[in-house]
Amino acid sequence: MGLHEQLEELKEKSLHEISHADHLKKLDAVRVNILGKKGPLTEILRGMKDIPKADRPKVGELSNRVRDNITEAIEKRRSELEKAITEKKLADEEIDVTLPGKPVSQGQPHVIQQIIDNIEDLFLGMGYQVIQGPEVETDKYNFEMLNLPKDHPARDMQDTFYITDEILMRSQTSPVQARTMEKHDFSKGPLKMISPGVVYRRDTDDATHSHQFHQVEGLVIDKHITMGDLKGTLETLAKELFGDRFEVRLRPSYFPFTEPSVEADVTCFNCMGKGCSVCKHTGWIEVLGAGMVHPNVLKMAGVDPEVYGGFAFGLGPDRFAMLRYGVDDIRNFYLNDVRFLTQFSKKG
Amino acid sequence: MKVSYNWLKEYFDLDVAPKVLAEKIERTAVEVDEVTRAADGLKKIIVGHTLDVQPHPNSDHLNICQVDVGEDEPIQIVCGAPNVAKDQDVIVAMHGARIKDNVKIKRSKMRGEQSNGMICALQEIGFDEKVVPKEYVNGIYVFPEDSHVKPGEPVYSYLGMDDDVIDTSVTPNRGDLFSMDGNAYEIGAIYDKVPAMNHRALETTDDSTDIKALLKIQIDAKEDVQAYQMGIVQHVNIVPSPFWLQVRLMTAGVRPINNVVDVTNYIMLKYGQPLHAFDYDKLTEKEIHVGYSPAKTKFVTLDGEERELRATDLMIKDGERNIAMAGVMGGLDTEITPETKTVVIESAIFDPIKIRKTARYHVLHSEASMRFERGVNPATVTAALEEALELTAQFGHGKAVVNHLSAVDPEPKEVQVKLDLTRINHVLGTDLSVQDVTNIMRRLQFSTKVSGESFTITVPARRWDIHIPADILEEIARLYGYDNLPSTLPTGATTIGRLTTSQQVIRGARHILQGSGLNQAMSYGLTTAEKAKMFMLQSSEETKLAFPMSQDHAILRMNLISGLLDDVAYNVARKVSNVALYEQGRVFYRTADVDRPNEVEHIAGAITGSLATKSWYQKEVPVDFYQLKGIVSLLLHDLNFKETVSFVANKKRPEMHPGRTADIFLGDQVIGFMGQVHPQIEKQFKIPETYVFELNLQAILEAPKNIQHYEPISKYPAITRDVALLIDKNITNTDIVAALRSKSSHHLETIQLFDVYEGKHIPEHKKSVAYTLTYRDKHNTLTEDEVNKEFDQAIEALKNTFEVEIR
Ligand SMILES: [Zn+2]
Repeated sequence: MGLHEQLEELKEKSLHEISHADHLKKLDAVRVNILGKKGPLTEILRGMKDIPKADRPKVGELSNRVRDNITEAIEKRRSELEKAITEKKLADEEIDVTLPGKPVSQGQPHVIQQIIDNIEDLFLGMGYQVIQGPEVETDKYNFEMLNLPKDHPARDMQDTFYITDEILMRSQTSPVQARTMEKHDFSKGPLKMISPGVVYRRDTDDATHSHQFHQVEGLVIDKHITMGDLKGTLETLAKELFGDRFEVRLRPSYFPFTEPSVEADVTCFNCMGKGCSVCKHTGWIEVLGAGMVHPNVLKMAGVDPEVYGGFAFGLGPDRFAMLRYGVDDIRNFYLNDVRFLTQFSKKG
Repeated sequence: MKVSYNWLKEYFDLDVAPKVLAEKIERTAVEVDEVTRAADGLKKIIVGHTLDVQPHPNSDHLNICQVDVGEDEPIQIVCGAPNVAKDQDVIVAMHGARIKDNVKIKRSKMRGEQSNGMICALQEIGFDEKVVPKEYVNGIYVFPEDSHVKPGEPVYSYLGMDDDVIDTSVTPNRGDLFSMDGNAYEIGAIYDKVPAMNHRALETTDDSTDIKALLKIQIDAKEDVQAYQMGIVQHVNIVPSPFWLQVRLMTAGVRPINNVVDVTNYIMLKYGQPLHAFDYDKLTEKEIHVGYSPAKTKFVTLDGEERELRATDLMIKDGERNIAMAGVMGGLDTEITPETKTVVIESAIFDPIKIRKTARYHVLHSEASMRFERGVNPATVTAALEEALELTAQFGHGKAVVNHLSAVDPEPKEVQVKLDLTRINHVLGTDLSVQDVTNIMRRLQFSTKVSGESFTITVPARRWDIHIPADILEEIARLYGYDNLPSTLPTGATTIGRLTTSQQVIRGARHILQGSGLNQAMSYGLTTAEKAKMFMLQSSEETKLAFPMSQDHAILRMNLISGLLDDVAYNVARKVSNVALYEQGRVFYRTADVDRPNEVEHIAGAITGSLATKSWYQKEVPVDFYQLKGIVSLLLHDLNFKETVSFVANKKRPEMHPGRTADIFLGDQVIGFMGQVHPQIEKQFKIPETYVFELNLQAILEAPKNIQHYEPISKYPAITRDVALLIDKNITNTDIVAALRSKSSHHLETIQLFDVYEGKHIPEHKKSVAYTLTYRDKHNTLTEDEVNKEFDQAIEALKNTFEVEIR
């Protein structure tokens, strides 16, 4: 057998062995076996000296090709084997992706807080300040400064917890407005404020009454404030809180500290205005009280009603939350049942 | 007020549907609670005439009636009413009829006798028992002769049940809408119609008697009486009032009583003028006084209740004897009875505040007091009295004495309001013309003088709520229509809206606690005397309500924790075992010398059970002191105080576990505390092991803060040394760290505790603790030698301070 044939035979044999190496160690052994210093290829090449000089380049070329073929085959096989190993490893690492994630403990803001924050953020964006006042007020600020002198019939509408004859639990957040108006320096610009907070009424707690609840009131005082501005502001508020499809309508009402006084209805979120039991088949739900600040209120706060005027509005986040989420008992807001508190996702 | 649509039609032609009218009223004047038609839902209820009534052979209370129902043959109906009799016009629900609550009437046999329908009481066809004439409350209704009913015809129109009733909710300023006249003016203004006021003059008189010879009036409380007039009708027969009047009253929600009382109620509904009728013969002195009685005088009102008067209750008296609580309720002694022959009718205006106080104190809110509280039209005091006298004379076949007595003449004042067009458009944001404004005033029947663009408006006395330009602006706005106002946003100087630093800090604190797994709770500010003063951060007087509604909400809270523990208990009782709550709100501290408490913002938390709930990969880890401390520390760390925060054990907080409670100091000021609730208190609240904290947020807000600046990150490496110590159990971490620091330079960057061990293999009263000390020079590379030297010094300092074994 000539060298040529030997080389071809070696190649066939080697390729066969390589393709049958079923793990990396075996492949390595095959490599050392064939290509190593003591391997058959080296052995064959040693026989080069015995062939005629003229034939040597040809045989050399052939032997190189055989070596390349074998090396190539080994590398190919190696990458096949490695890939298989990796695949096996990955297969072993498979997990059940449907198992629940590790809980990250995260508390929720109270639903009423969410509504208040929402309103605060809207009005901050429109250049309003947020001002909180005392919860224990004087009769003067809670009533008298708001055009509710002693014995005014409208005081019945908000029966009050008194501490002494002159000191009481505020029955509305409006005294904050009276206090702020009194202090505000109008030469420095308009007053635009909202006052969120807790208020108290002499009511027996039941599904729809609570002796404690929340209010957010707003006030704007400047030289050129119109009732149209009030309407536009309430519309903006309704759209922020409920959505763009919600409309606002105004109806006459009565509050001692505003005139004209209006009640603002918003499209019923249950039926979107078609009429249902929630809205007593009117398509509207009453959510806000508002009006143009009464000149007496301005006067009492030391603001000249001939020069300045403005609007005020107020709403109850508790009632809002009840309507918005269908909560049927106001006491739920103050029981702090964790199963209740955690229902109101912030993005809802 | 229940406004009858049929009655309104007497004022003008109304060509609008009742529901449309109601909607218009709601959008222009006052809220409408509902529009009802009593006949709605009823079916086959007709007039019947009883031809024959015989006792049922098998019953001691049933009767077998043969009833003419307008058909060829009478029908037989078995009736159990005690007052059924022959020759009555009655209400019959025929076979197939629907009565109240959609109940269906069917032919049936009653104890063997065929019954082809039902003879009804008014209540059975939907009338409120409060309006049913007393004699028919416990039986079937019998039509009076003057009803002129015909058997077989539906009953609805006879009984006013086909009328639409618009029930308005009148605001305190619109007392004028408590009368049909007032409503007619209002609706006239809305629809641009002029109502016809059908006021009847006094005609049925006997001019032979001088009223002054019959009665004298003396007003003792002049300041509380704005008008006081009386008239007398003699030779009156007390009988039921005409059927049409009874129907009108029932429709308005008022029970017919007799011709005299019904007339006073009718006039009240028509004019808004409450009247009161006395039995003249029961006045012994014939001298009326309007004034006061000594406190604690007893007085029996019409309803039979004995009341103890206050010295401030305005009274009507006959000589010295009380005969009525002015404007609120009459007395039983002088009420109109079937025997009354001579009637005195009072028409007056009393001080609204006086009336309001009396009605409130005695809890006697009558139709009359409600109207007096909101005001009465001074222009119609006399007209109302005269129409009442006339109707009483007519319906009672008596004669009125010609002239009435007037002790205080009403003074109808017309108010003038000046206003100009610029102002109107300026406030409303509108573009109204002079013509637009005068049109609205004309509709209201307010006479208006125009000079250029200025208006002088004369407001009639019937609108006593209007005094100032703002009142007129409201009239213009509502009649122009709120829907027609433009929708704009305030213009003018720009203002910047942003939260104050305090508000930002409070919001930040809420976010940190939420991020740590605590849910925000909101509790009541008013609590029990006991809970108000638990867990106090500082000493304070309590602040009490003068008249609490219950002892559960009587005192202003001085801590937030007790409210949170109530919440924990509520949850635990409902098998919610993992509860993590925080609350941010006010507590109320007061010093003995002032009535008004100081309001301080606090933030507090309570955790029971576990924050990390049990799951497939980990066991439930119960909350402990250190977990809560981690949360509190995070909260405080975030605030970047200038002064150092430290936790110091305090065994003396009565509601807290003596071994597991720390006061939280900022510098040398206590700003809060945290720890486990005392097991005794846990038991009291019925809660398991619970950890709480409460911080004075105000103190935190006011404390000086570091100005944040960038700290360059050192290029030089840090070198660490670990040390494990065996040390007395009672030596605290703070003590050890302080000792390690005492002789160290600024190179000692941090001391980190990484192990604490007590128990097995450790001598009793000892603990093993281990720290990593990290050294770094910000400007150089520290050598091993330098670090070794410093570390040895630190250990030496520790050994010099405590008995300690380095392991
Ligand atoms: Zn609806």
